[in-house]
Amino acid sequence: MEILSIGIDVGTTTTQLVISRLVIENKASAFTVPRIHIVSKEILYRSKVYFTPFLNEVDIDEDGVFAIIQAEYAAAGVTPDEISTGAAIITGEAARKQNAERILNRLSSFAGQFVVSTAGPDLESIIAGKGSGAAAWSKEHRCVSVNADIGGGTTNIAVYENGEVASCTCLDIGGRQVRVDAGIISYISPSARRISDAVGLGLETGQQADPSKLSILTDRMAELIFLQIFDPDSDPLLQAVKTKNAGSLQRASRDTAVFFSGGVAACIFGNSDDDFPYGDIGVLLGRSIRRCSWFSSSKVEHSAEMIRATVVGAGVHLVSISGSTITYTPELLPLKNVPVLKLSDEEVRRWRSGDDAYVADRLLWFSGTTDDRILALGWNGWRSPRFAEILEMADHVVNVYSRPGLEQIPVILIIEEDMAKSLGQSIRRKMPDRQLICIDSIGIREGDYVDLGSPIMNGVAIPVVVKTLVVG
Amino acid sequence: MTMNQNQLEALIREVITEVLGSPAKNDSAVPAGDVWKTGPGSTDGAREERDDIPDDQLVDITSPEVRQRILIANPMDVEMMDRMRQMTNARIGAGRSGPRLNTVTMLTLRANHATARDSVFSEVDPALLEEMNLFSVQTRCTDKNNYLTRPDLGRRLNEEGRRIIDQKCKKHVQAQIYVSDGLSSKAVEANVRDILPAIMNGLESFGISTGTPFFVKFGRVGVMDEISEIVDAEVTCVLLGERPGLSTAESMSAYLVYRATIGNPESVRTVVSNIHRDGINSVEAGAYVAEIIRIMLEKKASGVDLSL
Repeated sequence: MEILSIGIDVGTTTTQLVISRLVIENKASAFTVPRIHIVSKEILYRSKVYFTPFLNEVDIDEDGVFAIIQAEYAAAGVTPDEISTGAAIITGEAARKQNAERILNRLSSFAGQFVVSTAGPDLESIIAGKGSGAAAWSKEHRCVSVNADIGGGTTNIAVYENGEVASCTCLDIGGRQVRVDAGIISYISPSARRISDAVGLGLETGQQADPSKLSILTDRMAELIFLQIFDPDSDPLLQAVKTKNAGSLQRASRDTAVFFSGGVAACIFGNSDDDFPYGDIGVLLGRSIRRCSWFSSSKVEHSAEMIRATVVGAGVHLVSISGSTITYTPELLPLKNVPVLKLSDEEVRRWRSGDDAYVADRLLWFSGTTDDRILALGWNGWRSPRFAEILEMADHVVNVYSRPGLEQIPVILIIEEDMAKSLGQSIRRKMPDRQLICIDSIGIREGDYVDLGSPIMNGVAIPVVVKTLVVG
Repeated sequence: MTMNQNQLEALIREVITEVLGSPAKNDSAVPAGDVWKTGPGSTDGAREERDDIPDDQLVDITSPEVRQRILIANPMDVEMMDRMRQMTNARIGAGRSGPRLNTVTMLTLRANHATARDSVFSEVDPALLEEMNLFSVQTRCTDKNNYLTRPDLGRRLNEEGRRIIDQKCKKHVQAQIYVSDGLSSKAVEANVRDILPAIMNGLESFGISTGTPFFVKFGRVGVMDEISEIVDAEVTCVLLGERPGLSTAESMSAYLVYRATIGNPESVRTVVSNIHRDGINSVEAGAYVAEIIRIMLEKKASGVDLSL
């Protein structure tokens, strides 16, 4: 079967949308337990790249964004009911605007029934690397790769190991950190000002925009990006331009493959005679990166997507499928933004040896940290479980979820190894009226959030989006 | 023809000593290339006949660890080879000696073949049946040879079997589950402890009534039709040992029919195959079978009439 997935990216500079087709198939033969996989991903429609409309310095033009999205749905010839999955994301500085959250909620309710809304620099870094191909490259070559997504407001950097994100961070470096209006500098961001002061440029708004002077600024910016990747401790200025609350990146070795994406990446590889075609320093920053000595000595790989990396990552590469060996209460789905408490193998051992109180306390504490009563419990599990072990585990789950404070919440379990169907049936036998979702073959980490979609393929499978918000 | 466990072990011990000289040194820390030096020019003087090695230190050439080894003499990309190796049970990365298999590969093939034959010819441990609370009935076959050469007799119960089932089993149930040796007793021994209770558990969670489980010796798939008629079951399900292959002798299948009757076409059977440690684990397969039974009862169909 096919489902349509949408990606919407409202960024500091641009707003875009892609619609893609995910083909989902049962890869197992008819004579065995189904294995449901996404077998192909194809981008059907790419919107134009719009400038994100702002009302003023602190507010995004909500109706303006909405009008763009509506027009692009119409141009693509799809209606929101045809869209079964995807993500809307607000990125870069746009995410820090006052009305970002309201826009997201409005977007996701318009865009289709199961479109996730999300924001956050970490997720953005991860998504961009999926869109650019950095993640797939590291998986294919069994190695480490880095993606630097250089947008208008921020540079999101993620390191991948064998296809999985290992760490990520974010710098306040981007093409629109300095804006130029009719040859005059019209805006200097706080971060660009810090860099400018550090190199003694003394840039001020109202000055003539001198390309050779501004190039000194962008040269320093380019250098900082490479230093963040390869030698983060060598330059104190890096700390000053780091985005607030951004994670810390692991240092990459010099032979690591580097991918560039984002609007500025297009300026690295493209040629423009005009210094300020977009009214900002994007083109200068692209040129600075290109001529920087780090660039020529690094292993720079070709990115599949540049300016569209984030939107493609959000629309195409976020969704996975948990299928066939699962148990769930259909009325409970879909669910969005479910926080996951992940138990370590050590904690699971402790639990299996009878310490239900420990897990219950962890869950209670965890539920206290979220304002919602919907939360999931996850663990790795083990291969080829014995039935006796499943029954024991079901008893433990029932014990934990019968405790005061937990006896009303739905039981949502996410396990990596294959054991969810029998475990779910065992739990259901003991608690027939309890709302229950028990899925497997989904890898999650501490701090993840998941979205669980409405069942597909005759209820055999459900689409799952794992949103890794905190890594490192 | 039949080879028992001791004979098999003796054979393996013999061939290992022959090939490796001193297998006691062969722990996994030793690079594969050094241990399995079987290519041309590898006859070194280090090989000596030894029979003083304790059983527990012998390398089991049918074990997954040994089968995972890469025997290609000088692989260009060991890591990539290793990745491919982990994705399949097929004998890839086995290398060769001239146009032929390496000795170790050939011996492993023979050992796997021996295991497969053993599995066909051995019988399910009565202690297991007792543990699982399964009484035993027999088809019209009288012994293994008769069973192998007369499939038709394996599709019908003998008179005593009919009588016992008629006496001991609950009738008019929604689902009748039973177990049969089929062509692999090892498959039954490896899986039944987990799959049978998993199915029962699942059916109970759906509120489906079940019949009395039992064991059928010398059973072919088709005998389920006769059993269905005797107990008047809506859905009949047999858990049966599959013909062993060279990759596993422990594979079980579940065959399910809605309202089976003697003489019904094969197309009414739904099958869930490949139930074993490296396929679908028995616990999850059991839970899935329970789900299929629920769907069959709801749709009143099975086999090609039922789309799952």
